[in-house]
Order: sequence, then C-alpha cells, then structure tokens
Amino acid sequence: MITPHLPILEVVLPLVSAPICLILRSAVVAWWMAVALTWAAFAGALMLLGEVLNAGPITYALGGWAAPWGIEYRIDLLSAFVLVTVTAIGSLAILFARAPVAREIPADRVYLFYVMYLLSFTGLLGIAVTGDAFNLFVFLEITSLSAYVLISLGSDRRALTAAFRYLIMGTIGATFYIIGVGMMYMMTGTLNMADLAARLPGVLHLRTIDMALAFITVGLSLKLAVFPLHFWLPNAYTHAPSAVSVFLAATSTKIAAYALIRIIYTVFGGPAVFAPMPIDEMLLGFGMLSMIAASLVAMFQDNMKRLLAYSSISQIGYMVVGLSLGNVEGLAASIVHIFNHAMMKALLFMAVGCVFYRVGSVRLADIAGFARRMPITGAALLVGGFSLIGTPLSIGFVTKWFLLEGALEKGWWPVAAIVILSGLLALVYVWRIVEAAYFRAPAPAVEGIREAPAIMLAPLLILAAINIFFGIDGTLTGDLSIAAAQALVGTSP
Amino acid sequence: MMLLPGLFNYWLVVVLMMIGFYVVIAQGNLVKKLFGLNIFQVAVFVFYISMGKIEDGTAPILVDGEPVYTNPLPSVLILTAIVVGIATLALGLALAVRIRNAFGTMEEDEIDAAEADPS
Repeated sequence: MITPHLPILEVVLPLVSAPICLILRSAVVAWWMAVALTWAAFAGALMLLGEVLNAGPITYALGGWAAPWGIEYRIDLLSAFVLVTVTAIGSLAILFARAPVAREIPADRVYLFYVMYLLSFTGLLGIAVTGDAFNLFVFLEITSLSAYVLISLGSDRRALTAAFRYLIMGTIGATFYIIGVGMMYMMTGTLNMADLAARLPGVLHLRTIDMALAFITVGLSLKLAVFPLHFWLPNAYTHAPSAVSVFLAATSTKIAAYALIRIIYTVFGGPAVFAPMPIDEMLLGFGMLSMIAASLVAMFQDNMKRLLAYSSISQIGYMVVGLSLGNVEGLAASIVHIFNHAMMKALLFMAVGCVFYRVGSVRLADIAGFARRMPITGAALLVGGFSLIGTPLSIGFVTKWFLLEGALEKGWWPVAAIVILSGLLALVYVWRIVEAAYFRAPAPAVEGIREAPAIMLAPLLILAAINIFFGIDGTLTGDLSIAAAQALVGTSP
Repeated sequence: MMLLPGLFNYWLVVVLMMIGFYVVIAQGNLVKKLFGLNIFQVAVFVFYISMGKIEDGTAPILVDGEPVYTNPLPSVLILTAIVVGIATLALGLALAVRIRNAFGTMEEDEIDAAEADPS
C-alpha cells in the first residue's frame, strides 16, 4: 500500500518532522526522530533501488497531475544509487552526531541542530528523486540554506564568516542555475526533465540554449566547488561542527555532482551536446586543475579538517573529469565516485571528529601520536587514507580503474597521467596525517586520552567496513554505476 | 519587434543583474553585499516575469472574449523564488548580525585581518 508512494514519502517525512522537532524543543526527542527517519529513508532507498533494478525507472506524479504539467518524481538507476548513498551517510552521521553535538553546540540550541539536519537531508533526497528542473532548484536551496545554518553553529567565530561566504557563493550558484532553467523554459516551454530532453535537440543550435547550459554548468560548479569556484569550501568544512563536516563533506558536493550529471546527460543528451558546445573540454580542464592544485595546497595544511577539505576539492576533480570524458567508463567513474568519495570522506571526517572529541584540537602538532591511545580511530583513519590515495583493494582504486579505462579508451594519455599523479600527491598528504598519528612522540594533549565513545565508534566502524568491503569486491557498486552510465549515455548493455 | 523597445525588459535585466553582481563583488560591507545579492536575484525575477508576458495579453483568468492571456507559470515559479530569496536575505542578515557581535565589525577587510590574527 505504501510502496507506490515511496518516492514522495522519502522527501515528505523528514520535511514534516523538522517543524515537529522545532515545536517539541527537545534535543532527545529530536535526535530519536532524526535517527528513525534517516534509517527509514535508508530502508526506503534500498527498496526503491530494488524496484528500479527489477522493473526499471519509477515515475510518480505529484498530486496526481500528469507529467509535463505537474511535477514528476522520476527514479532511475542513478537516482536510486545516489539516494542510497545519501541516506546511508545521513543515517550513519546522525548516530555519530549525538556526542559531539552535545559537546560543541550550546544545550539550548541542540534541537535546532537536528531540525536543520532534517531539512538539509530533505533537500538532498529531493534533488535525487525529482524529475523537474525547477523543483531541483527549490530542493537545492532547501539543502543549502540549512547547510549555511549548520556551518554557522561551529564554536569558532570563523564558522560565521565561513557560513556567510558560503551563503553568498551558494546563492549566486543557485541563481545562475535558475537563469539557465528560465532560458530553457523560454525556448522549450517545459520544465520537466524528460520533456526537456525530448524538445532540446530541436533548439540546440540557438544561442539562448548555449547560454542556458553555460549558466547551469557554472552555477552547479559553484555548488560542486570545482577548482576556481571552490573558495567557500575549505573554511566551511574546517570551522563547521564535526558532525556537520561529516554530513556535508559526504553529501552536499556529491549531490551537486549528481545534479550536473543529470542536467548534462539526461536533459542535454550527454555526448550529443559536446559537439556544438565543448563544455566537456572546459570541465576536463578544470577537473584536472582541481585534482592537482587542491592536492598541492592540501600537502601544506597543518589543520586536519582543512587538509581533508582541500582533498575533497581534488576528489571532486575525479567526478568532473569522469563526466567530461563522455564515454560509459568515464561516467561510471563519476557515478561510482559519488558513492566512494561519500564513504571515504565521511569515514575520514568521522575519525577526525573522534580525535577532536578526545583531544580538542585538529592541528597536526596537537594530535601527534594519538593513534597509540585511540587504536580503532587510528586504524579507521588509515583505511580512509588508503581509499583517498586509491591503492588497490581500496574503494578509491575502483574509481581510478574506471577513470583510467575511460581516459585510455579515448587515447588521452595525459589525462591518465594526471589521475595517477593526483593519487601520488594524495599519498603525500595522507602520509602527513599517518606520520603524525603513529610515528611522532605523543603531544601533551594526547597523554591520558581514551578511545572515543562507542556511539561514535559504531558508525565509524560500519563505514570502515564499507570502505574495505567495496574496495575488495567492487563489482556491486561498479556494475550498478556502469548500468546507470549506460542508461544515461544511451548505449544498450 | 523593434530591438530596443521589444527587448527593453531584457536590457533592464542585464543592467540590474550586473549592478547586483558588481555590488556583491566590490562592496566590503556585508550588509551591502547582501543587498547586491538581492538586486541580482530580483533581476532574475524580472527576467522570468518578462518571458511569460504576451503582447496585449490579459491576466490569466478564463473569461469570454479574452482569448490572449499572459503565461502564468513563470510568475508562479517566481513566487517560489521570491520566498527562497527572502529566506536567503533573512538568514544572511542574521549571520551579519552574529558576525558583528563576534568581530565588532561588518567590513570584510577588517574581518579578514581579525581572522588572520590567531587569538
């Protein structure tokens, strides 16, 4: 009975419960509600994925209005895959959040944290399920506005300025996106993505459509933090509360990558649009710049959270390069990296959150030698680090493999070389953390600390297990993303 | 359709948008930045409403003898976007107040100086 309404329930349940938490004003109730809802959303996402695998894409007409006029929710393999990724992170991050939130955020504001968390979660799920270009903007803003609030809850006053800068940049990005959508509407008279995809080929030669694609690409790249548009990201992730860094680093840029794939491939028809408008070359260039430049900056950071933030920008480069290759392998690399990067970054930020919970600092000098006192956290950090580098048997390797395959299929040796070089640079900055954690003499603050509490370790260990499992056997995620990529590029399997 | 009168609204949109964008980039005061951002968004609202307008079209109400009416959809979309814009402005101003309380200033260069100084 519920099953046909699953797509809308995924979005509506967290949306409705956010104001309920606000009215109840209780941190405990809010946390339990958030846990129940995120796990329910995760179960729903798995059911949807199963259904999509069995019976193909699901469409849901909102309010019973048929597709081109009403808002349509459309879940294909890519949406379901992203939905599972986002809900998995959401449900693990909320378990992790309780202890650090209680410590880092004033007690009278803790319930507000969970309200914002649920709203941000709603927005992310909405982006994944919607099949309407304007609806996507609304959800993008729901998730961004609540993300600004979440970041501003950081205890450092620099969290406020970080949130403010993110607000300015994020709003410009979203506004660029609606300018582009408006231009598409002018030329086609529709906002439904499937309908747009059917009508755009007829008007692809018009300059208005060129401009639409340009505005949308730049707007989403701002949200995605591709290299020259990344300035909001490092401060936002560094000064946000630990739990927020985990949640946002693993989801918000990933969902922007999803939106970009959706617009370029589903709406504009992917490779067909690259010939008249070479945005693939542009994205390829900026993606490679992201990989290298951000890794170089990350190598010189003394703050672990800032180091990981720059490494995020470099990993975003992989997704951008993957989708700009325009072949199945490249796109599959982008899609699988949405999952992989979400898992590895959530793991790393959680490990850093555990360290911060015990030591009270994230500077490399202050946390030296912590791994001897916190062996589980240290080991988890190591697993995440290997994934970041992309060594064999880690999930980072799955992405790299697809990416290299995609680049070599096109005969683009330099791209392959840059991908490998970026992995080597990752080795340098991961090594700096590992060296500080394991081989340096313990810092004064590290003396006498204990392992993090069990409620923080449980999600950490689950994520570490996911990182190891899908690294050793990447066929499940790999096959899913290849199937999703084939559906998008339009070649039959 | 003549170039200037027919496209007047779009020229207005371009000018407004650039004014807003310039203010966001050039102004150091956080509140002025937010107002620039708001002007930038308003330009987009004008853009949407202009594209729905049909010459000699009336309000989109079904009455006899008025067959030509303006496309209501862009206006409805912009209602949503206005709500988003207000939420953004309100949140931005709230952040600006908190920043002023924390740093004692709303000028970007002074905030940057305060941030660089590890206290």
